Amino acid sequence: MGEAFALALRRDLRIALRRKSDAANVLLFFVIVASLFPLGTGAEPEPTRAIGAGVVWVAALLASLLSLPRLFAADLADGTLEQMLVSAQPLGAVVAGKIAAHWLTTGLPLALLAPLLGLQYGLPAAALAVLCAAALIGTPVLSLLGATGAALTLGVRGAGVLVSILVLPLCVPALVFGAGAVTASLSGLDPAPHLSLLGALLAVSLAVGLWASCAALRVALD
Amino acid sequence: MASVLYTYASPQAFYPLAGRMIPWFAGAAAIFAAAGLYVGFLVAPTDAVQGESYRILYLHVPAAWMSMFLYLVMAGWAGLGFVLNTRLSGMMAAAIAPTGAMFTFLALWSGALWGRPTWGTYWVWDARLTSELILLFLYLGFLALREAIEDPRRADRASAILALVGVVNIPIIYFSVQWWNTLHQGASVSLTRAPTMAGSMFAGLLLMTLAAWMYSIAVSLARVRAIILERERDTEWARQVLA
Repeated sequence: MGEAFALALRRDLRIALRRKSDAANVLLFFVIVASLFPLGTGAEPEPTRAIGAGVVWVAALLASLLSLPRLFAADLADGTLEQMLVSAQPLGAVVAGKIAAHWLTTGLPLALLAPLLGLQYGLPAAALAVLCAAALIGTPVLSLLGATGAALTLGVRGAGVLVSILVLPLCVPALVFGAGAVTASLSGLDPAPHLSLLGALLAVSLAVGLWASCAALRVALD
Repeated sequence: MASVLYTYASPQAFYPLAGRMIPWFAGAAAIFAAAGLYVGFLVAPTDAVQGESYRILYLHVPAAWMSMFLYLVMAGWAGLGFVLNTRLSGMMAAAIAPTGAMFTFLALWSGALWGRPTWGTYWVWDARLTSELILLFLYLGFLALREAIEDPRRADRASAILALVGVVNIPIIYFSVQWWNTLHQGASVSLTRAPTMAGSMFAGLLLMTLAAWMYSIAVSLARVRAIILERERDTEWARQVLA
């Protein structure tokens, strides 16, 4: 089981390494979206600081959605996915490996880049650390829910827009707690409760997202 | 008992049964709605604080209750169909979803019209309003996924997974936005304590809720009949019905 996880993880990471621009484009999208907001809302420092965490979170959410189609679609096209389903290895381990690879190539870079964008919004150092921590806990949630959406819309017409419609409403709690942690830290409160709730959300998403992704893949390839 | 249930789990057997049930539920909906509107508009007293504008509650509260309850019922049918692989369950889930979305929209719309005179604004980013809005998105996502998948059996199973994930998520979404922001008046009616409203107001609300309930059943049955015919159009009995 651990072997299947490691194999799937290593394989998807290697594919990502050979197509570096795919992952880089997602990051570029993230930076561009987050940089556009002050142009639309005005550059006064106070309101900019107030919306900073929310903007970075929403941008991360959109960026991680953009990368979802390639999670299963290429494997479906070349038949790899079918082999994964019929193989003796548990599907859950394989899918967990793929989701972990997705997080390492999308969520983790987004989380590491988030403080830099927070800096653009004039967030103080303490809030930047909280933003990074919240993003580190919260982006795996986005990967897990996103994998469910990607599996449900596999091979369906209009999958790109559909996956956003399905996944975005489910990501609301991650957004609320993730941005809430930064806002709490900005107003001098302890961000720890928000981070704990985000961690709890990650635990629930791990159970639900993994089950739902596997079930949806089985339905898609039925 | 179980054998009766198994009999009516077949679309062919359920189709005429649903047809016989629709007039009863539709009639009950009309009677309850007439009684509820009578009590609500002519018997119940004017609210001491909100004046006459509170009377939109007779539409707003049943719609909000039904919007949440129907999602649970829909997910229940979807889950049943996913586990037992019964065809009718998926059709029931598909038949309930548009009514649930309609009630969610109605709750939001009537709430906006109620919010204007009482809060002075059509929309606030309040916890209950926001979670109701997200519930609408969940309904629309469910419908969009069904629409996008050609094969009805795959649509049943895929949307069932989505509904089940949604059911796990709804309480989390509700509490997350609750902690995020709340302004909405507390619930006046609860199962565990006496309602904090006049008896006739409560009676009107109860009657309107029953009306909404009966209406939902009648409309869902009518819709499931259409879905059954559409899916079974290649079978002999459906051809005879359609002929």
